[in-house]
Amino acid sequence: MAWTRKILRVDLNNGTCKSEPLNMEWAQQYLGQRGLATKYFISEVDPKVDPLSPDNKLIMTTGPLTGTPASTGGRYSVITKGALTGAIACSNSGGYFGAELKFAGWDMIIFEGKSAKPVYLAIENDKAELKDAAHLWGKTVWQTEEIIKKSHQDPQTRVCSIGRAGENGVMYACIVNDLHRAAGRSGVGTVMGSKNLKAVAVRGTQGVSIMKDAKAFMSAATAAKKVLAENAVTGQGLPTYGTQVLMNVINEMGALPTRNHRDSQFEDARKISAEAMIEKRPSDGKSHLVTNAACFGCTIACGRISRIDETHFSVVNKPEYWGASGGLEYEAAWALGAANGVGDLEALQYANLICNEDGFDPISFGATVGAAMELYELGILTEKIIGMEAPFGSAKALCDLAQMTARGEGFGKELGLGSARLCEKYGKPELSMGVKKQEFPAYDSRGIQGMGLAYATSNRGACHLRGYTVASEVLGIPVKTDPLVTEGKADLVKAFQDATAVFDSAGVCIFTTFAWTLADLQPQLAAACEGDWTMEKLAAMGERIWNMERQFNNAAGFTAKDDDLPPRLKTEPVKTGPAKGLVSGIDKMLPEYYQARGWDANGVPSKETLKRLGL
Amino acid sequence: MQKSLHIDANKCTGCLQCEMACSYENYGVFNIAKSRIKIFNFEHAGRMVPYTCTQCAEAWCMNACPVDAIRVDAATGAKVVNEANCVGCKVCTIACPFGTVNYVAETGKVQKCDLCGGDPACATACPTGAITYVDADWTGLDKMRAWAGKTDNATRASA
Repeated sequence: MAWTRKILRVDLNNGTCKSEPLNMEWAQQYLGQRGLATKYFISEVDPKVDPLSPDNKLIMTTGPLTGTPASTGGRYSVITKGALTGAIACSNSGGYFGAELKFAGWDMIIFEGKSAKPVYLAIENDKAELKDAAHLWGKTVWQTEEIIKKSHQDPQTRVCSIGRAGENGVMYACIVNDLHRAAGRSGVGTVMGSKNLKAVAVRGTQGVSIMKDAKAFMSAATAAKKVLAENAVTGQGLPTYGTQVLMNVINEMGALPTRNHRDSQFEDARKISAEAMIEKRPSDGKSHLVTNAACFGCTIACGRISRIDETHFSVVNKPEYWGASGGLEYEAAWALGAANGVGDLEALQYANLICNEDGFDPISFGATVGAAMELYELGILTEKIIGMEAPFGSAKALCDLAQMTARGEGFGKELGLGSARLCEKYGKPELSMGVKKQEFPAYDSRGIQGMGLAYATSNRGACHLRGYTVASEVLGIPVKTDPLVTEGKADLVKAFQDATAVFDSAGVCIFTTFAWTLADLQPQLAAACEGDWTMEKLAAMGERIWNMERQFNNAAGFTAKDDDLPPRLKTEPVKTGPAKGLVSGIDKMLPEYYQARGWDANGVPSKETLKRLGL
Repeated sequence: MQKSLHIDANKCTGCLQCEMACSYENYGVFNIAKSRIKIFNFEHAGRMVPYTCTQCAEAWCMNACPVDAIRVDAATGAKVVNEANCVGCKVCTIACPFGTVNYVAETGKVQKCDLCGGDPACATACPTGAITYVDADWTGLDKMRAWAGKTDNATRASA
């Protein structure tokens, strides 16, 4: 069974919490987490709703494998209508919070309405209550966790919260748990802030005991762990180098977007890479990286724990940042580094710490700084407007702007809008590098053609985690495809998107898919979950989830025009490296993709498609 | 051969697979709240440390128990709580210098590591080798090997 079969519904208007049974019929069609919570969300929320209005809802949800010994079985997701995008948002986080929520006996928390004053939700097993958060408002994520654990006199409490970014309306604010894991993208923290909900504190001691066949599950989980351990990426690359293993690889391919996608190779990539993180620094003879770390249940352990250089300009006289903390992951290192032309590893880590401390997405923030730096170089943004010189490559500007964005000070307020709104405001909308107002992650659509299509069609705006064709186009998983061509990419993207939807609905991490296919996940689900979980059923479910999300976005007002890339990627060829001379073939791939999906020319699922998927 | 749990904190990633395995082995549930081994995460130092009973030879808990509910398992050397005898007085939890015997409100008894009868589930579950089950007389073997490997043989090689 694996589900706790209980939903906690929190009415922030009236301050009430009540338990209701999980819809088990839906659980059979949508499994859990992303799929099931999205089903709840779209059944209850008007697609046209303003993301920041009390009528938007926010769901925190676990999967059936969350809180089990399945490797990486500690994930939870936040589903809402994204503040940044206005599209369906689903942000996934690791750490320990998700498992704790499950142990407390809840599959899902649905927040509705808006509290009149700041509150936080305190859960201890079956008991849930909203508590006053006046003393927490204005505090950082790190302070909030500490204060709650102290006041509950329970260091084993797990907390997720928003920082000042979420309170101040930074459009890409995150919800951060366990100090440095985050439901990071699309502005889910902004929605949480708009509801005056500061944090959720959970202590769960009930565990997960309701399994269909615990013995079969244990042997399936053990076999699947072996697959991860024996795989070069999940067994060696990720634990040793983290996701940062990609920095030099992607740069060599000429697919590392640099200086707001003006360039596709970064001359200082090496300085901000995994290799640089393990080298000894001249200043103190220590390496930047302290250790790798795992989230709950994870046998990969890609997480990075680093210590910033105490002598770096960003933290002299700030001992509060000298301890070990999370970072840098590849996406953050890219967005804070290459996207701005900043090659100072310690500066990137400082900005990353600020993102964690006050809860905002380093991808969107870094990319927005990149756009601002281009506007500065074009003379549209001036020193007077920004409050400092901000050319590409300025580590000082990056650090100061991170701090200003966290606190909602000066130009930091405008950076908090995200690149789409910022570039629009200054009359250069084409300079925002993203899709559906969400900034691109760390792969250039011109040098890895499939990613361009994955970005354009991602249901939550530009994102690498909705269809990570990098696995195939770069790493050869499950088969190697040529990153420079468009042929075959429509089917490839569809296959990745559908499979990812299943993994995101199970409670495990998408990084398992470097080694696992659905065939590795299926036996674990079949042993844990009541019902008949065949490969065919799971594959159909992934496609169903994708189409369900798409329908929500279509109803919210998105059209085929929104499945597009910025003109730069379609007209300005790559200048250097293996992809030299290429632009994105998105216009060729998109119609092929619609056809592969069974959608019409406007990107609307046909009647036959919906019928086939039971929608 | 007597065996002993051996912990190398440098290898711990904080995944808690050991805690899950412990609760499943002893209670048939996946519940870290019932685990007899705990991982401590010293966040600001970047250190994760597994900690559990070391099975003291002169066990404080055993000596303190007024009802003789903690006995030595002759096969493994583990100090094992006999729940039928335990009256839940908690004196052992006070006596233990390391905090590794704890009271369980639900059962009214105390619990501690019993080495799973000689096949500790935590060691089997640990994906990184941070927890192993080794010859009790040679828990220092890996450390010795590491240092031995650093010994300079250059003089002999060049002679």
